[in-house]
Amino acid sequence: MAILVIAEHDNASLKAATLNTVTAAAKIGGEVHVLVAGSDCRAVADAAARVQGVAKVRLADAAHYGDFTAENHAALIVAQVANAASGYTHVLAPSTSHGKNTLPRVAALLDVAQISDIIAVEDADTFVRPIYAGNALATVKSSDATKVITVRTTGFDAAAAEGGSAAVEAIGAAADTGQCTLVGRDIAKSARPELTAAKIIVSGGRGMGSGENYHKVLEPLADKLGAAMGATRAAVDAGFVPNDYQVGQTGKIVAPQLYIAIGISGAIQHLAGMKDSKVIVAINKDPDAPIFQVADYGLVADLFAAVPELVAAI
Amino acid sequence: MKVLVPVKRVMDYNVKARVKSDGTGVDLANVKMSMNPFDEIAVEEAVRLKEAGTATEVVAVSCGVAACQETLRTAMAIGADRAVLVESDAELQPLAVAKLLKAVADKESPQLVILGKQAIDDDSNQVGQMLAALLGWPQATFASKVVIADGKATVTREVDGGLETVALTLPAVVTTDLRLNEPRYATLPNIMKAKKKTLDTLKPDALGVDVSPRLTTVRVSEPPKRSAGIKVADVAQLVDKLKNEAKVF
Ligand SMILES: Cc1cc2nc3c(=O)[nH]c(=O)nc-3n(C[C@H](O)[C@H](O)[C@H](O)COP(=O)(O)OP(=O)(O)OC[C@H]3O[C@@H](n4cnc5c(N)ncnc54)[C@H](O)[C@@H]3O)c2cc1C
Ligand SMILES: Nc1ncnc2c1ncn2[C@@H]1O[C@H](COP(=O)(O)O)[C@@H](O)[C@H]1O
Repeated sequence: MAILVIAEHDNASLKAATLNTVTAAAKIGGEVHVLVAGSDCRAVADAAARVQGVAKVRLADAAHYGDFTAENHAALIVAQVANAASGYTHVLAPSTSHGKNTLPRVAALLDVAQISDIIAVEDADTFVRPIYAGNALATVKSSDATKVITVRTTGFDAAAAEGGSAAVEAIGAAADTGQCTLVGRDIAKSARPELTAAKIIVSGGRGMGSGENYHKVLEPLADKLGAAMGATRAAVDAGFVPNDYQVGQTGKIVAPQLYIAIGISGAIQHLAGMKDSKVIVAINKDPDAPIFQVADYGLVADLFAAVPELVAAI
Repeated sequence: MKVLVPVKRVMDYNVKARVKSDGTGVDLANVKMSMNPFDEIAVEEAVRLKEAGTATEVVAVSCGVAACQETLRTAMAIGADRAVLVESDAELQPLAVAKLLKAVADKESPQLVILGKQAIDDDSNQVGQMLAALLGWPQATFASKVVIADGKATVTREVDGGLETVALTLPAVVTTDLRLNEPRYATLPNIMKAKKKTLDTLKPDALGVDVSPRLTTVRVSEPPKRSAGIKVADVAQLVDKLKNEAKVF
């Protein structure tokens, strides 16, 4: 029995989400292999080989993997699993946009179900996953020969990035399907920690009033705390911040040590993305805002006065 | 160009799901049901393509119980031309839905299928990608902009870190994200008109699709409850609590 973990990376560095996925794989039991598919990504494979608990790294390095299209990546993964000698019983990827885009395609090509966004492993066939915006947890058992799974990274600790010494084995590329080509990318470069990996998150909602206020009021706080910045759907829809700031059921799922919700009402869909944070602080001028029902520390105040005061006090 | 739009009937997004006391699932008795919000966005996008002269026909399709007819009528009130119900009382998991939709796509030969990225009940985020795989078509998930021109779909996608634009050969599958458009409200005259539009019903057997579930639900439970903490009087007390009680600074 062996488990194939799909590495999350950008051709240059291995992303933290891979480490949580390796831990989920280890809980299932069996040899853990990591597939690194990309272009000029040898450094990523070397990093994956050093992750504790990884037995083997498979490296598919080809120009047409560099853009991470689901069509090409799924074809490659399916070829790996279909090769009976590989013995793969499970394929796991983190629930990143790449994992969510690619794995259902893999599952359908293998004619198996996908188990989305697991937060716990009960045994090799049985997994726990949130449904209904996290208002219920379903324990599901799979009867398929191969289990195709995406992993909610907040459900599993990160495996140690160093200490392993797996062999890196190059594998041949599948043909380029040519069905989907990358036209361009507009990825924000930020000096702040990544939202899904941050220890502290400062998050703003519609109460910020404008993009200008969002930045003027929240950035000094985030700077002081070394925090990542998040937002609600309402703040993204209103154009205060880009889409990748959205925390929630249909945005990013986060679980930092500290989540500070500012001018956020606490809709079910937002709570779904942050209620597993260790400590939650809410600042809202409405004492009845639902966010206070999950906040460890609630401050009923006008954010435009309270946040600058907070910045000055820490 | 024909556009197929799969729509799912789900618990309304304003309702908070309650787990049944016997742990078999979520209580759907007497709960308001609506079209999955991402699917409204999908219907709206397809209707806009028709209004722009790019699409010639918009066909809505839903898989599930007879009550999905309501969801299909809503799709037609937004502007879909006709609808297909694949009627089944069985539990339909994403792979089964994708197979049913493939069978419908084989009959209808659309150039484009637009789905929601995620059903807000099962939160699977699978069917569009699975359908694309079964059809052997390219896919663009999490779309915030769709342009159809020169036999290609150019789609801007919401991805981790920002946006990405891809070009797909047609036919193709697109799934919607929240920023793609703002769906219109169905007006009363359009709701009336929708009642007269064609709604065909098919059965999974007739489509030759085996819909047996691959996953069994062992149990459904409530997530651990988070209890409300305290209200602090002012910023000074907040900082004190965070430093000395929570020890996060
Ligand atoms: C299909 C679907 C998916 C969704 N997915 C998500 C998701 O992933 N993430 C998400 O966040 N939402 C999501 N939503 C939207 C969600 O339902 C809410 O609409 C949204 O979270 C509300 O954002 P908000 O709290 O910023 O705005 P509001 O609900 O408008 O709350 C603003 C708050 O700011 C407070 N406020 C205003 N001014 C001040 C001030 N000066 N000082 C202090 N407080 C102030 C107000 O009291 C209020 O509580 C989704 C909705 C749907 C239908
Ligand atoms: N029973 C269904 N009938 C029609 N379309 C569906 C059904 N289930 C899912 N879909 C479509 O697939 C999308 C993604 O659903 P899911 O993969 O279940 O999260 C939805 O937004 C719908 O467009």
